[in-house]
Parts: sequence; C-alpha cells; structure tokens
Amino acid sequence: MRVRLGFVIVLTLTLVAAACGDSDEGGADGGSCDVADLDLVTEGQLTVATGEPVFPPWMGVGDDNFDVPESKTGFEGALVYALANEMGFTDDQVTFVRTTFDEAITAGPKGWDFNIQQYSITDAREEVVDFSDPYYETNQALVAFADNPVASATSLDDLKQYKLGAAIGTTSFDFAENVIEPDAEVAVYNDNADAKSALEAGQVDALVFDLPTAYFITAVEIEDASIVGQLEASGDRADRFGMLFAEGNSLVSCVNEALARLDDAGTLTALEDEWLSGGGDIPTLSQ
Amino acid sequence: MTGPAAPVEDVGPRAPGLLGPRRPRRAREEGSRGAMIAFGSTVLFVAVVLVVVLTSEAWPRVQRQFFSPSAFREVFPDVLGGFWLDVQMFVVAEVVILGFALVVAMVRALRGPAFFPIRALAVTYIDLVRGVPIILLILLLGFGVPALQLKGVPNGPLFWGVTALVISYSAYTAEVYRAGIESVHESQRMSARSLGLTQVQALRYVIVPQAIRNVIPALLNGFVSLQKDVALVFVLGVREGVREAQIYNTSTFNYTGYVAAAVLFLAVSVPVARFTDWYTERDRRRRQAMSI
Repeated sequence: MRVRLGFVIVLTLTLVAAACGDSDEGGADGGSCDVADLDLVTEGQLTVATGEPVFPPWMGVGDDNFDVPESKTGFEGALVYALANEMGFTDDQVTFVRTTFDEAITAGPKGWDFNIQQYSITDAREEVVDFSDPYYETNQALVAFADNPVASATSLDDLKQYKLGAAIGTTSFDFAENVIEPDAEVAVYNDNADAKSALEAGQVDALVFDLPTAYFITAVEIEDASIVGQLEASGDRADRFGMLFAEGNSLVSCVNEALARLDDAGTLTALEDEWLSGGGDIPTLSQ
Repeated sequence: MTGPAAPVEDVGPRAPGLLGPRRPRRAREEGSRGAMIAFGSTVLFVAVVLVVVLTSEAWPRVQRQFFSPSAFREVFPDVLGGFWLDVQMFVVAEVVILGFALVVAMVRALRGPAFFPIRALAVTYIDLVRGVPIILLILLLGFGVPALQLKGVPNGPLFWGVTALVISYSAYTAEVYRAGIESVHESQRMSARSLGLTQVQALRYVIVPQAIRNVIPALLNGFVSLQKDVALVFVLGVREGVREAQIYNTSTFNYTGYVAAAVLFLAVSVPVARFTDWYTERDRRRRQAMSI
C-alpha cells in the first residue's frame, strides 16, 4: 500500500512539473518590425483569422468571391493585404484560417497572428485580449420595411415603442439595448442572417446594424427594406473596429505602426471609399 | 446509491433478494474496508486534479474568464430572469408532449386493417420528425411559418419555438410509450378483449396504465433532456437563460455567465435525476416484494 501511495505522489509531482514547465519563451520584445524578427505563429507567414463564412462588404465581394478572403476584395480583405505588404510580407505569405467568435476570445494560445471580423473595441474585451488601433469607425443604422410605421421615426424617442432586433455580440445590439432602450426587450440573433429572417417574418419592426452592413443589406439582400436613419454613436459608444490579438502578443505594436503609415498615406480612406461607400445621404435620427 | 458500506440492517427482512441473504460478519468488515479505500482514493483523485489545475500557469486567467465572482454577481439577475422563461417553456411543452405523445403511441398500437391509415400516419410522423435535427425544426417553424403571413396564425418566436419542441419531443416520447405498451404481456390485452372491451377501451383501461408505470424512468429521462433543450429556442431571438449568458459573454468576453446558467440548470436537473433513481429503486423493490 505504502509503495503504491509513493508512486501516486511521484506521479502527481510529475504532472505538476509538466503543467508548470509548459510556458512560452516569449518573443523578441522591443525588437525591430522586420518580417524575420517578428514573433509569428508560423515563421515567415502572416496567419490571419477571420469568420466563416466571411460577409460582404467586409470580405469576399462579388459573385465569384463569396467567402474567399484571398480574393483581396471587400474592405477588410483589401486591408489585410495592404497591411501585410506594408509590414513587408508578399501576398503569398498571407494565410487565412477560420475561427468562430468564441474560439477567438477564449484564453490560451492561438493558431493565428491576429483575427479580423469587425471586432468592436471595448474596455471589457481589452481585459481578455489585445486590440490593434482602430482601422474603422462607424455609426449604427436602423433598417426596416417601408410599410412599417417605424419607417417614419425621426428621433430615438420615436423608436422606443417598437420591437427591435440585432445580432449578438455587436455594438448594434448594445446601442439598441442601452441607448434606444425600447419598451419591449431587444431580440437577439446569432448573426445578421437570422436577424434578417426575423424581420421578414414580421417578428421585429426594425433591425440595428453598423452603417456599412446596413447599406449592403438594403441594397443587395433585402431590397424592399430601407435605412430609416443613422444612429449617432459618440464617445464611449462609438463603434471602432480593431484587429484582435491574443493577450500580450508582441506583434501588436508592429501592426499599429504599419496601420498608422497606411492611414497617413490615405490608403485607409481610399479603401473605405472603394468598399464601404453607401451612396446618398442618410438622415441622422436625433437623440 | 448503494455503496459497499450500505448498512444491511436498513433493508429489513421484508425485502429478501435485494442484497441477497444477510451477509456474514466477515463480509461486512470487508465492506467497511472497501468504503475506506473508496474514500481515500476519491480524496486523492480530487487532490491531484485540483493541484494540476490550480498550479497551471494559465489558471488565474481561466479563473478570471470563467469563474469571476464580480462577473457572476453582475450577470446572475439577467440569467435568472431568462432561466425563468426556460422553466415556463419547459412546463408548458412537457404537459402537451405527455398528452400528445400518448395519443400517437396509442394510435400506433391499434390493430386491424381498418386502422392502417392513421397507424401509417403515426409511423410517418415519428420517422420524419426523429430524423430531423431539432434546431432545423425550430428555425423552419420559427422563421419559415411566420414568413408565410397566414391570417389568424400566430407569428411569435416563443409560440413556434415551443411548438417545434413539442413536435420533436412527442415523437421520441411516443416511442417510449410504445416500448411500455409492448412490454405489457399479450395475455393482458387478450383478457381485456375477452371481457368485451373494445380495442381502445383495452388500451385505455388495461394496457396503458401498466405501460406508463413501466416507462416512468425513461419519461423522466426525457424530462431532463427537454429541460435543457428549451434553451435552443434562443436562435429565434428569444432571450432565455443561456442567451442572456451569451450576451454577457460576447460583450465582455467573460464566460462566467455560462457558469451561472449551468448552476441554474443543474439545480433543476440533478434533483430530477436523483428522483428518477429513487423512484426506479422503489418500484423495483415493490415489484420484487410482490413477486414473492
């Protein structure tokens, strides 16, 4: 009996030692941003994670390009390649992998360098992961069918009496719940596709999306629907998109430097104009 | 429930056959030694798991993300409110399922060529519904039917979500009932018929009461399963408990809300599971007592 107990203790200690010894060595912090010096998941490759599928107007725009991030189309698709080139990668050195939302935000090591799928930067999220500087800032917008009375709303107060919906995990939902504060509970959907189904089923009066998504949905996906108005999101509620990194990733500073250079050169604005311009002025609903 | 150290005296002389004849003194001593070993190895096992987990380098981070007390306090009221909706959906759905499934099972148990059409209908229903993923059924009914904009048909996500659960679970439950009906000896049916009862009367007054008793543990098993599956209605935009936890998770990247939801679900499902065991054991004891 005693011998066996001793064996178990040794086994325990071995397991503990194994658990403790499995730490990362850490990269060359404060080093240069040359491709050769970067602390990458796969050496010499920029491994970029995104959602599955990817949606226009963010990635894969065009009939043949749906769900093809490598097509370099869409705002984020084009941005990834512009950023990679700015950092010194060739197009061939960019690899896309797919993750779910949950996979991206859990603790532990990641199989990618950064994740880009319209992640809004918030303080609470910053505690768990790291974000790059924002690469895009947007307003929210309200989408409804023209024959619904909500379409004649002119202020946020007018919206309180309607049933609203939004996709989970979006700043749009947060805006509907905490800024508009409607009388009825805001319905929450897995993604924009389900939200659209609920609108078409008449289960909600209107949906809240970020403005570029609203443009795309009303122009291409639900042609009978239109944008009722923009919802000005200022201060803390401003919707800023950032690339998501595992906490403590040393790559963030190099990405930020490259992003700043793209911004100075006007590349970011050019990409926005190319992929996210909606056409026409949308009225803003007063606070 | 009956560990090696269960006191034999409790059973009493009226339940022979449960633990066999009264065990001799030596066997009882071995039993208490077994209990000590069981206790010791359990303590050791838990200790090893705790040491490995708690000394892991990433543990503080995991604790912050999954077991944060402050996040728990923040999210719990929302999750509890949503969970109350889960309970309501569960109760309504379960009552309808128990009734509807019994009708389907009885239809399936009818004999004779005249009943062929409705029997075929019942079989088709069970086969089709059991072959379709429940999530698809919820989406199909919840988004599909309201989009048809039929006059006089409700279009609420709650209504259609619960309807989808009833349709799906009734198919499984009907099969449970059928197993019960088939477990009643054929002589019961023949005796009832020879007394002049019609087929339906024989089922209603003779077969089904015995059948239900036979399958109560299986029905309770279905209870536990449904009690968790009601959460699936969240895909329709319904904000039940798990969804509230998910909303908190996606905005803060903190998973503690899910733990809060799990605690609530466990608070309901564990007592049901224990009750099932207790009931099954009691039933078995009574039958053995009767068969002496």
